[in-house]
Amino acid sequence: MADTVISARGLLKLYGQQRAVDAIDLDVERGEIFGLLGPNGAGKTTTILMMLGLTEVSGGTVEVLGFNPVREPLEVKRRVGYLPDAVGFYDHLTARENLTYTARLLGIPRGESGRRIMEALDSVKLADVADKRVATFSRGMRQRLGIAEIVMKRAEVAILDEPTSGLDPHATFELLEMIRGLKRNGVAVLLSSHLLDRVQSVCDRVALFNNGRVALLGTVVQLANQVLGAGHPILIEAKGSDIAGTLRGIDGVQSVTAEGEGAWRVVAARDVRAEAAERIVAAGGSLTRLADLQPSLEEVYTRYFQEARHAA
Amino acid sequence: MPPSVAQRAPRRLGSPFTGLSAVFMKEFSDHLSSARMMVLMLFVIVFGALPVGLSLQELRNITESDPFLFLRIFTSAPQRIPFSFTASLTLVIPLLAIGLGFDSVNSEFNRRTLSRVLSQPIYRDALLLGKFLGGLATLAVALIALWLIVLGAGLLLLGLPPRSVEVARGIGFLVVAIAYGGVWLAIAMLFSVIFRSTATSALCALGVWLFFVILWPLIVPVLTLAMTPTDVAMGLGRLDETLAMIQLQSTLERLSPNTLFGEAVIGLLNPETRTLGPMIPSLMRGAILGAPLPLDQSLLLIWPQVTGLIAAMIVVFAAAYVIFQREEVRA
Repeated sequence: MADTVISARGLLKLYGQQRAVDAIDLDVERGEIFGLLGPNGAGKTTTILMMLGLTEVSGGTVEVLGFNPVREPLEVKRRVGYLPDAVGFYDHLTARENLTYTARLLGIPRGESGRRIMEALDSVKLADVADKRVATFSRGMRQRLGIAEIVMKRAEVAILDEPTSGLDPHATFELLEMIRGLKRNGVAVLLSSHLLDRVQSVCDRVALFNNGRVALLGTVVQLANQVLGAGHPILIEAKGSDIAGTLRGIDGVQSVTAEGEGAWRVVAARDVRAEAAERIVAAGGSLTRLADLQPSLEEVYTRYFQEARHAA
Repeated sequence: MPPSVAQRAPRRLGSPFTGLSAVFMKEFSDHLSSARMMVLMLFVIVFGALPVGLSLQELRNITESDPFLFLRIFTSAPQRIPFSFTASLTLVIPLLAIGLGFDSVNSEFNRRTLSRVLSQPIYRDALLLGKFLGGLATLAVALIALWLIVLGAGLLLLGLPPRSVEVARGIGFLVVAIAYGGVWLAIAMLFSVIFRSTATSALCALGVWLFFVILWPLIVPVLTLAMTPTDVAMGLGRLDETLAMIQLQSTLERLSPNTLFGEAVIGLLNPETRTLGPMIPSLMRGAILGAPLPLDQSLLLIWPQVTGLIAAMIVVFAAAYVIFQREEVRA
């Protein structure tokens, strides 16, 4: 278990009678990007705060890099970088001065901190605005400055709370690239989000939160198989008569659902693309599009919460 | 399943003062370079300089010898405005302290810097104490500057140097003034911990200030009368009963930091002061009227007032500390 950096067992947080985090079990391995997903208020941020020792734990245990954040918060916080939701910096100070303050809080020697700060700012492409006041920074730049703080800290674990919320697509892309950069440097990343396609593109594993519980946990493909069934979905767009009937006639096809005009979603037990194309053409239809559908996290998420609501 | 005691109150490891000096230095330099500090300083200097300038003009014309002429700069009320330098400071120091402290914690929260700073290896203890000490140091700098200005003006306009005992009493006054500012800084920080809105916390701190400046002196006599038997209140009681009533009144008055500060200042800067309570015949035995007390006796006289101020500062700070420890950092 030497490679587990965060380990929670039966972690519990009560606000009065309400169970904000309801006995969750979670393991994050070294060098992976782990996503916490779920609607707002599902307990993601509370879980993160408990891992950092910033809020009391009502029950269960949590260990970060072998330290208990309740008893040894300083040891945990020395090794873990945290980027809060909508991170704030001191507006009247420059980017460099903000990081200098953090460096002093971390006890980094003065001679070393200047170099580490410039390296960190360089790695998030903020070196040219190092001496501009943070008041002039855009939201994306602030988030990047937050990443720079984690880089400067040389954290072993980075915990990012909603790092991409409120960013434009370009800024989001840049930030995700920086998060991948953290991973390349051997940092374990735990990030929470409700922006699913973004998370899907960076996360190795995800945990789906619902009402303070971990509803699903695993890789995106594992989750898809669990929720959507172990099928092989493809999308077909074609013109011709009774395409749906033709498709249903293929061996191994489990379902055919129309998705708008002249488009069908086919789920089969195996890859039936070649056969489907052949049959449609043979039946006199014209095939315009044939696509292999990757299971999308969005679909998993939507389907899961639909079912959860039906069950309730 | 109730969580066990060990789980709820675990011993935390590491010094609570880790990072204290970093927080202190940042707060101190932030205060000193802020525009707000400029305004507050201007405010203090105007309020301080006016009575000093006027009383210096009057003191220059005094011909009779006064061994404590220098201390009169601080305490004498000029005829044109009924305000001595110390009386003016009684009002201005709280404003200065409130101005420095009313947004110290909640502004971190509103700027969303609190959770980021607390995710660094420091305890909340260090953050709050560092902020308090940073504010106190700023206050001290402002008061020392003002004190030196007054001293310098006195040297220039009176043309005679203060004696060492006067300087010693002046330094004592400075210490008391800083302690008094500390009480109000702690009060302002308490409200900045309680309220998320900086406007609300400023209003509450100013409300407490107004209460002690205006209302408390009016309420105390009413409370005293209500708590004493009617015949004593009418002035028909025995001497000890009347004394008890006066004692009660001054005890109530001393719940206000302003009274404590005022009494300590009188004891220090008016060396003739023999008691801060009623003058009773037993106190007069063997006393030469108008003769000054030695410095150590004056210090003994005001010791309860000074410890009272420091105790009030610690109690209010402790209250802010307890509330801050329980506060959730998330929005």
